Amino acid sequence: MIRFESVTKRYADGTVAVDGLDLEVPGGGITVLVGPSGCGKTTSLRMINRMVEPSSGRILIHDRDVADRPPAQLRRSIGYVIQHAGLFPHRTVLANVMTVPRLLGWDRGRARAAAMESLEKVGLTADQARRYPTQLSGGQQQRVGVARALASGPEVVLMDEPFSAVDPIVRAELQDEVRRLQRELGITVVLVTHDIDEALSLGDMVAVMRQGGHLAQFAHPAELLAEPADDFVATFVGRDRGYRALGFVDVAVTPSPVLTARLGESVPAGTGWVLAVDEVGAPIGWADATGWGGPLTDSRLHRLGTLAPAGASARTLLDAVLSSPSRRGVVVEDGRVVGTVGADEVLRALGTLR
Amino acid sequence: MIVSVWEWLVDPASWSGPGGILAQSLAHLRYSFIALLVAALVAVPVGLWVGHTGRGRWLAVNIAGAFRAIPSLGVLFVAVLLLLPRLRGELAFELPALIVLVLLAVPPILSGTYAGVQATDPAARDAARGMGMTGAQVLRQVEVPGAMPLIMSGLRAAMLQIIGTATIAAVVGMGGLGRFLIDGQASRDYAQMAGGALVVAALALAVDQALALVQRALVSPGLSTASAR
Ligand SMILES: Nc1ncnc2c1ncn2[C@@H]1O[C@H](COP(=O)(O)OP(=O)(O)OP(=O)(O)O)[C@@H](O)[C@H]1O
Ligand SMILES: [Mg+2]
Repeated sequence: MIRFESVTKRYADGTVAVDGLDLEVPGGGITVLVGPSGCGKTTSLRMINRMVEPSSGRILIHDRDVADRPPAQLRRSIGYVIQHAGLFPHRTVLANVMTVPRLLGWDRGRARAAAMESLEKVGLTADQARRYPTQLSGGQQQRVGVARALASGPEVVLMDEPFSAVDPIVRAELQDEVRRLQRELGITVVLVTHDIDEALSLGDMVAVMRQGGHLAQFAHPAELLAEPADDFVATFVGRDRGYRALGFVDVAVTPSPVLTARLGESVPAGTGWVLAVDEVGAPIGWADATGWGGPLTDSRLHRLGTLAPAGASARTLLDAVLSSPSRRGVVVEDGRVVGTVGADEVLRALGTLR
Repeated sequence: MIVSVWEWLVDPASWSGPGGILAQSLAHLRYSFIALLVAALVAVPVGLWVGHTGRGRWLAVNIAGAFRAIPSLGVLFVAVLLLLPRLRGELAFELPALIVLVLLAVPPILSGTYAGVQATDPAARDAARGMGMTGAQVLRQVEVPGAMPLIMSGLRAAMLQIIGTATIAAVVGMGGLGRFLIDGQASRDYAQMAGGALVVAALALAVDQALALVQRALVSPGLSTASAR
């Protein structure tokens, strides 16, 4: 859908930022450009909306050369999100998000409605819409940046390190948000990052670039981990790529039943590990009834490990096992306990794979 | 001394009439606002252009510096000598006085405007272009509103200087509050001199407060530090 045809960018000072790039970004998904600092990711991204003009080669969106459209008009049709949000400090959040609709000539009412809808999509309230950017946290500002890029309903959205300036927890939230929005709206997202974990977890396709703007490999994340094209890619995706690849492996493991008890229920001594649940069957903690028996109380509970949703990848299952005090990973469906799995079962299932 | 200044200030006779405080204050304000307007019409566009394009920065900084070094009285006399043969009537004296005031007002307005535009967050500018604003739209919708606090500070600084310096118009026989200083000195009426100086100071403060109100209306609340947390 977005096609780079032997695109080269040589800056005025002679730096070759991108060298003969051929790349076909599929429509309706997240394509991540990843690579070490200075390898030409930003330059490649900015050539799509003509913020940078290629020295040679061409870029087509839907088989249409971007160079054939006036830059301002082209950019109004493409969402653009950058690292530090770049919000306009003198405009309210709502007015910021109305920017592109207004540039497109929509009347005030329609632009406002579109902006409100877009803000809602990224989880901001009407109260926050009335504020000024400096009155929001960094993570909220970044959400506004995303809302602003989506307000006019563009088909293509470009994002340059959109989450690198926020803390890891907020970053994970924003990543989920972008993935959800992409699925919901069916848009085509091209995202730049230097964080390989972000690339692998977010990308439907990942383009690994190396110094000098060369494309090292363009593949699905699982393939990148399983079959790196060369040493550079293998090193870049990391030492633990074997373990990380498990994130893309589905294993057939049937959870076995687990002994559960509610708080206050009596547990006989010698029962071993018991999983405490609430009224609806959601897990709340583990209790060790080996050398102890009696009514189950809060103070007896050990913290839960991570929970694996039914049908989770081998990596999620193993993590549930390894983080659980009982060494049994809890599998849940709609928040309720389905059963538990052990490391041996997961490994056995992995062993039966090719 | 203080008593006699007070007596001069509260005497209704000093206020009324064609040469009274009220009439001279109005004349003073008239020069001052004309000078501010002319200076702004020159300095704001140049400052915007230099800040927006990044071109001519060296020139702007140096011109502003050179203007600051110009001695007001010297320019006034040179301008009168040059213009007197060419112009008739009041204008021959009024114009030189205005030239002095404009020259004085240009540097603070120019550097305020230029610095304000220059200080635009590069990310905001990049986002504006990336969303499809043309150069003129970036200037009008992003750079000018963002620069407004500094543009207004420049205008206020310029106005304080203008009002103080506009007293020199009296040196070449023009009206304005400077009359009290010049005439007071000539007739050794020190109460009138000191009273006139006080009125100039009060006028400067009042105008500055009025401009502060304009600034509050023109500057987005999103830019004032009070709203930042
Ligand atoms: N305007 C410019 N003029 C000259 N050289 C530039 C310009 N912009 C980028 N470069 C150079 O081009 C190369 C690629 O830059 P680019 O910004 O595309 O890298 P990047 O992969 O986005 O890096 P990072 O992860 O650090 O953001 C670098 O060597 C950079 O120094
Ligand atoms: Mg970059």
